[in-house]
Amino acid sequence: MANTKVIVGLGSCGIAAGAGKVYDELLRIREADNLDFELKKTSCIGMCFKEPLVEIIDDTGSYLYGEVDIKKADEILEKHIQNFSPIKEYIVKSDKYESVYKNYFDGQVKITLRNCGNINPESIDDYEESGGYEAIKKIGNERISANEIIKTILDSGLRGRGGGGFPTGLKWKFANNNRSKDKYIICNADEGDPGAFMDRSVLEGDPHSELEGMIIGAYSIGATEGVIYCRAEYPLAIKRLNIAIIQARERGYLGKDILGIEGFDFDLYIKEGAGAFVCGEETALIASVEGERGMPRKRPPFPAVSGLWRKPTNINNVETFANIPWIIVNGALAYAKYGTEKSKGTKVFALTGKIKNGGLVEVPMGITIKDIIYKLGGGIIGDKKFKAVQLGGPSGGCIPEYLSHTIVDYDSVNATGAIMGSGGMVVMDETTCMVDMARFFLEFTCKESCGKCTYCRVGTKRMLEILTRITQGEGKDGDIEKLEELAYQIKDGSLCGLGQTAPNPVLTTIKYFRDEYEAHIRDKKCPSVYCKKLLTYEIIEEKCTGCMVCKRGCPTKAITGEKKVPHIIHQELCIQCGDCYSKCKFDSIKVF
Amino acid sequence: MQLFDGNELKKVAEIKAKYPESKAALLPVLWMVQEKQGWISQEAMQYVGDLLGIPNEHILGVVTFYTMFNNKPKGKYHLQICTNVSCMLRGGYELFNFVSDKLGIKNNEITDDGMFTIEEVECLGSCGTSPMMQVNNKDYYENLTTEKVENIINNFKTGHEN
Repeated sequence: MANTKVIVGLGSCGIAAGAGKVYDELLRIREADNLDFELKKTSCIGMCFKEPLVEIIDDTGSYLYGEVDIKKADEILEKHIQNFSPIKEYIVKSDKYESVYKNYFDGQVKITLRNCGNINPESIDDYEESGGYEAIKKIGNERISANEIIKTILDSGLRGRGGGGFPTGLKWKFANNNRSKDKYIICNADEGDPGAFMDRSVLEGDPHSELEGMIIGAYSIGATEGVIYCRAEYPLAIKRLNIAIIQARERGYLGKDILGIEGFDFDLYIKEGAGAFVCGEETALIASVEGERGMPRKRPPFPAVSGLWRKPTNINNVETFANIPWIIVNGALAYAKYGTEKSKGTKVFALTGKIKNGGLVEVPMGITIKDIIYKLGGGIIGDKKFKAVQLGGPSGGCIPEYLSHTIVDYDSVNATGAIMGSGGMVVMDETTCMVDMARFFLEFTCKESCGKCTYCRVGTKRMLEILTRITQGEGKDGDIEKLEELAYQIKDGSLCGLGQTAPNPVLTTIKYFRDEYEAHIRDKKCPSVYCKKLLTYEIIEEKCTGCMVCKRGCPTKAITGEKKVPHIIHQELCIQCGDCYSKCKFDSIKVF
Repeated sequence: MQLFDGNELKKVAEIKAKYPESKAALLPVLWMVQEKQGWISQEAMQYVGDLLGIPNEHILGVVTFYTMFNNKPKGKYHLQICTNVSCMLRGGYELFNFVSDKLGIKNNEITDDGMFTIEEVECLGSCGTSPMMQVNNKDYYENLTTEKVENIINNFKTGHEN
């Protein structure tokens, strides 16, 4: 079929799942068998849990195949391409059939991710064909002024998607008001929040939308130079951004007198980080661009007044910029149509942890957390009981199951004690210990603290020590109160967002799961049966066959018993290593 | 020490020209060193300091601040295993411990034959398909199990493609 397109998803997730090999195989067979179809590349469509994904678009419709390996690729070519007979059981989405993932797709509204998984991110032609660079052409053709753009962004209600939630239009207005000749615009692509990867997906899947958003931002505030500060952990994103920058220069979207607008000169470059979570904070990011250690400084002066090389600097997040071209083309009202009164538009969430459909979803603000987890996310792995979701990474907090009717908008999420953050949703089930989760996040912030502020540097360490003690069965009365006291001191005594929010996971877990803390401290028990030191292993006499496997493996010789006679674990010798539990073939060891 | 050749020095000059202050060229130039040598030695830091006119203590401060700069040699295959939250929930630590036991090395150590280094790293943003491992700051391996990772390591050992 002459018009048939075969499109392979080659985002990081696709490549990791083997999509590169699938692409090569499709290419090989097309050449060997002289098949007539166009073979194209795209990036991640968000369905990371079904990678590698291959889409076939022909005269009859579109068919998205999931979990395609080389064998399946051969089969699809043979049956679908050569014999026009789609293989229904491999299809995850099609306009011809009802999909089992219907809810996953129907619940989404794609604005930020409009091109991800649809265009070849390395082709500027693809981007332009799907409406790319229309926004800046519109600005050039209709001579739209900077003030008018800022008004549009203000009216759209777009708020900073990096986590702060500050109105983007207002930020631009302040930057525009500054009369300095040299101004900088920075894209914060230092996505470090554990459990969030939407920025990576946008940069890998639609780098030109990022550039277009930045060019519009530069025009609106009067910036002459732009920097994309991207974490070095994202090599594919950096590669594709570099390709996009070269292409945009060739077409005159970057450079001098852009779009024939006299005096509108703008160019940008990528600055790679080198691994530091704190560099997501704006003043630390600026220090890092300047070649310093990424340590935040006191504000004011805010970067809008004195930022990169002491010039006025405007910083926005990847997801924020990606929305800008869409808003300019479609208008503020089209964007503000989605969402709630104070949180307009859509938001991308990363679904991770104990969730079936791990990946990205873009939903209108205002839908409930429960709907995201169950309708789009498909529920909990193994259909276990949903316990809580961590929103906002280590700066955020947990929202327990009984508050899962909370809607996603900035204010509703803040009211629970969590934050929207960059949109990472880490889902936890009944087997996740919330005290250990708090300990885990504190370990992270303690490690990532730049060390400048004493409260953040030493305070997080003290909190971590207490939490570690509790999870090891050495908790004492008064520990919870001490944690709370330290938490508020760290919040008050830290310069930047890292320290100010570091105690949030502890505070929210105490707020919602205080009983778990108390069980650890008073009863020396972990209700989720997770904290090793607090577990008890016992042999169920009726089930034990006396096979001696556990006895032989026990490193402390805590198990005794004769062959074919039920064994006994001597608790005073047991070190809770779990070796017997994992080796028993008869399920005759219980743990509680 | 003459670390860079003519082309590389030209590239350094280009990087410097991008910024109003040469200090800003430090991170990119350190990346160049690491790509060339695999790690950043004291001598290399001195060389970069002379090249950019930056005091050595500043360079040492930068190299030790950022976790991706290696101030010790790494194995040919630098296995970076994420143990952050999403990976942890799906067995990131089990994976790390398994690899550590299999290779007989601890975090940031190098095997005797110089083939492998393992490192426990923070979130690399492939959380939807965790647990994951990155190799040599480049390739992602996702949805890992101990069997899969064993296979990957064996392929590295025998020179087979993964």
